[in-house]
Amino acid sequence: MENPIAGHDEPAGQDHLPLPYYAATTRATPPLEEVRQRIPGWGVDLDHDERTAVPMEDFDPGATGAHWHFPERQPELWPRERSPEHGMLTPVFGTACPPKGLSGMIRKYAYTLSEGKSSHWLLLMAADRVDVVESMLESVLQGKPDNPITESGVKAEFTRGGLRSRLGQGRVDLKHQPLDALIVAAPWLIAGYAGYATAKALSRKRRARRTRQTLRPATAW
Amino acid sequence: MRAMVYRGPYRIRVEEKEVPRIEHPNDAIVRVTKAAICGSDLHIYHGMMPDTRVGQTFGHEFIGVVEEVGPSVQNLQRGDRVMVPFNIFCGSCFFCARQLYANCHNVNPNATAVGGIYGYSHTTGGYDGGQAEFVRVPFADVGPSVIPDWMDEEDAVMLTDACPTGYFGAQLGDIQAGDVVVVFGAGPVGLFAAKSAWLMGAGRVIVIDHLEYRLEKARTFAHAETVDFGEVDDIVLHMKKTTDWLGADVAIDAVGAEADGAFFQHLTAAKLKLQGGSPIALNWAIDSVRKGGTVSVVGAYGPLFSAVKFGDAMNKGLTIRANQCSVKRHWPRLFEHVRNGILKPSEIVTHRIPLEHIAEGYHMFSSKLDNCIKPIVVTN
Repeated sequence: MENPIAGHDEPAGQDHLPLPYYAATTRATPPLEEVRQRIPGWGVDLDHDERTAVPMEDFDPGATGAHWHFPERQPELWPRERSPEHGMLTPVFGTACPPKGLSGMIRKYAYTLSEGKSSHWLLLMAADRVDVVESMLESVLQGKPDNPITESGVKAEFTRGGLRSRLGQGRVDLKHQPLDALIVAAPWLIAGYAGYATAKALSRKRRARRTRQTLRPATAW
Repeated sequence: MRAMVYRGPYRIRVEEKEVPRIEHPNDAIVRVTKAAICGSDLHIYHGMMPDTRVGQTFGHEFIGVVEEVGPSVQNLQRGDRVMVPFNIFCGSCFFCARQLYANCHNVNPNATAVGGIYGYSHTTGGYDGGQAEFVRVPFADVGPSVIPDWMDEEDAVMLTDACPTGYFGAQLGDIQAGDVVVVFGAGPVGLFAAKSAWLMGAGRVIVIDHLEYRLEKARTFAHAETVDFGEVDDIVLHMKKTTDWLGADVAIDAVGAEADGAFFQHLTAAKLKLQGGSPIALNWAIDSVRKGGTVSVVGAYGPLFSAVKFGDAMNKGLTIRANQCSVKRHWPRLFEHVRNGILKPSEIVTHRIPLEHIAEGYHMFSSKLDNCIKPIVVTN
């Protein structure tokens, strides 16, 4: 039977039936020859056997350039934290930022829990936040305090068209972008509030002590 | 050396750091000449990936010159210009032997659920990345390749991640001749996925985003139809209508953890970090594809749970395929495509930023300023 639409076999005598409601053999895309003419390189990887990710697992241990059955082991210079789902320490690992301080303690504990537990990941996230506060304090002590203005790169707002890039563009991310500034400011707000609360508590304590001294009855002679 | 370092969510700075040293006999030290900022770098920049430590240097897309090699390195020598895939892999484990380099089991002690990646938190192994003057490259005989003389350096940088990941995303879709392919996200990976879908014989390619300048790039670079999801009431319904009520044959999620389009999902994932990622694009992919169709996921998500509409996926009989791209597996074919002029990956590069100004570069890319699609960091 000749199809009324190229690549279609819509039942005759009906108003247009949407595609899923009958046994269409193919979709009403433009004719593929037309696509081939229009798109450079169309179909050069059409053959599935030639595709580089097919089959997904392609056993070929000689293809990698490795000249070892098992790699030499990198020296472990400190007890390297590792997932308990690993049967051993991997022979090679990163050494970018060894765990330290309170955040390091939280991280080491998190690595006693398997990756299957949400607590593993949530503790690591918590350690990340602690790390930020610890590092802020450390940078002050080192004389290289964090600068939220330069570190957030907010200068780009003025040099890269902050307003021009946002106004009248119909961008949906504008609803939540103001929260970014809050996230940047959060460590300073928390530290500021903690300082204020501590000062207030100390002052209250001092005042209470002074009041107690004033009210103490005079020593009887 | 000068290196970008993470200081906390949305904050980075350039600091003096020690030049990395050979820590394993098959290491190389590479002097970085060009690096790129990846869309997935924004997830760690925003503090979404667990175990992102203050002081780490990001950057998993870079090229450079070999400065020093370990005693067991045979295939590289000092002075070689090299491109380095974003995966760190040993070449000899159970998974590497099956060419699943992205899933190497010998390089990441911190997790078994993900392989090793340069500068991408300690969850992927705790390696410093290439947004610096120098970087340690483990397994130098396995990962890096010498850049062919004919290859443009910016093309080479794009071939370390964004281009192969997009190409791989299209392959995961198992595209047949004439298929309707919808790509969520017109960032670098989405653009390459859309372009690659044609190479695999797609009949229609539709790209969805909310940034008009990126959709314009999808039309000119990837010859795709485009939809601005901010302009339609319901993108899933729109997709059904535009595909004669059937849905796409293949949907590719090239957005990942910080997808926009549903405020609450974005808030809980990207801002409050209560999900591994905002699954808006993934849910739209599941709902937009036809029954029996394929969803390909190359957008990056964190390891925590996400509110994915798995019931719809199950009831529609979908095939969901996902992975990090094993970059080096695709290089021979992609090199051919670049040499034959079928692909010109550097066409998506919009900005070149000196390393010293990288904080502004991240802010620009993160906030989508100045029509930014792909920024490259120049170290010298």
